Amino acid sequence: MVSGPLPTGGDIHGHDHDHDSGHLTDVALRVRALESLLIEKGYVDPAALDAIVETYETKIGPRNGARVVARSWVDPDYREWLLDDATAAIKSLGYAGRQGEHMVAVENTGAVHNLVVCTLCSCYPLPVLGLPPVWYKSAPYRSRAVIDPRGVLAEFGVSLPPETKIRVWDSTAEIRYLVVPMRPAGTDGWSEERLASLVTRDSMIGAGLAIDPRSLAAEGRA
Amino acid sequence: MNGGQDLGGMMGFGPVVAEPEEPVFHADWEKRVLALRNAAGALGEWNIDMARHANETLHPVDYLSSSYYEVWLKGLEKLLISRGLATPEELADGRALQPPKPIRPPLAAKAMIEALARGTPYDRPPASPARFAVRDEVRALNINPKGHTRLPRYARGKRGRVEKVHGVFVFPDANAHGLGPSPQWLYLVRFSGAELWGRDGDPGLDVSIDAWESYLEGIAG
Repeated sequence: MVSGPLPTGGDIHGHDHDHDSGHLTDVALRVRALESLLIEKGYVDPAALDAIVETYETKIGPRNGARVVARSWVDPDYREWLLDDATAAIKSLGYAGRQGEHMVAVENTGAVHNLVVCTLCSCYPLPVLGLPPVWYKSAPYRSRAVIDPRGVLAEFGVSLPPETKIRVWDSTAEIRYLVVPMRPAGTDGWSEERLASLVTRDSMIGAGLAIDPRSLAAEGRA
Repeated sequence: MNGGQDLGGMMGFGPVVAEPEEPVFHADWEKRVLALRNAAGALGEWNIDMARHANETLHPVDYLSSSYYEVWLKGLEKLLISRGLATPEELADGRALQPPKPIRPPLAAKAMIEALARGTPYDRPPASPARFAVRDEVRALNINPKGHTRLPRYARGKRGRVEKVHGVFVFPDANAHGLGPSPQWLYLVRFSGAELWGRDGDPGLDVSIDAWESYLEGIAG
């Protein structure tokens, strides 16, 4: 029997160090065989493959979503638009495309904390958050977010007041959810750019809060 | 299907372990799997629901002991075989042993980037009025189809309330099996933690799912 949690989606054996030695792991060899075959058969264009990787590695990421959130913090009209028609409001900032076709934004308040999950696969709002982290796709998160969200949040170091309700959004269709975290105190008059630097990926999933600038000051980072 | 993918409410997987400063990819092969899933998907030989169904028809032990990129890899291999684009022998060898299937040509880099940026809308014009309205009380049906479904087990048979009418969307349970988009009204349905999990539910918890009309029945009242 294995001891400890299985490497579900998690994962230990997926971390193949094929970059630091000439020995490719079984899975890396299997992928190489697949890619060679599809190129030889003319089903895929090698340049298109590289372009896909480049897009998700360098062009799309949580900085996009952070800009959306920061705008909603400083511009009440934009906030209203975002909560009413997130797809259009997000597109107005230049973010759209695959897995962001139908967006809904949900706002955290002192009364309700929102948490997004996909219990059935790995649905995630790619244009605003980029590719999901491993934990989001893992069995521990997908199984527990809907039944024990406070326990999950505690593992992220987030403890909410008991009176704060938790709303979990299971992404079972093609609607993609973006959490708008609460704006931290002590940020009055901050520029949009500076505010965006407080918006973490996890805070836009609901697994974290926006960075409190007082904690940055305490660490000497502000 | 009640497969290894339907994880909501399961126990025993341990804590959620987040990796600080996590890189976008952990190995080069993950990049290639992502790219191959997207590029092969653009051939039009299958749709997103068929692709999800290919993943979830992995043996549950295989599904649960694979990383997500491995699930994608194994699902892609199944799709290629089932559509006659490749044989198991070819996948093992990494060489063509048969001529390619005559299908549409692959997208070049520029067209691929444009396709990603454009996305694929799944909403459709309504052909009939919505059966349910906001605030209606509904029950998710206790269905257990052998094929693809997006109604998670934990919500089946449970009472909730319609919170939003999303519009009409492609119906995965049909689309995954080549039966066409068969669009239906899609609703945001909200359940209380107590309804879903009984006395073990968090009293301050609500969970919502997006549910197609045929997953739901009205509750008179």
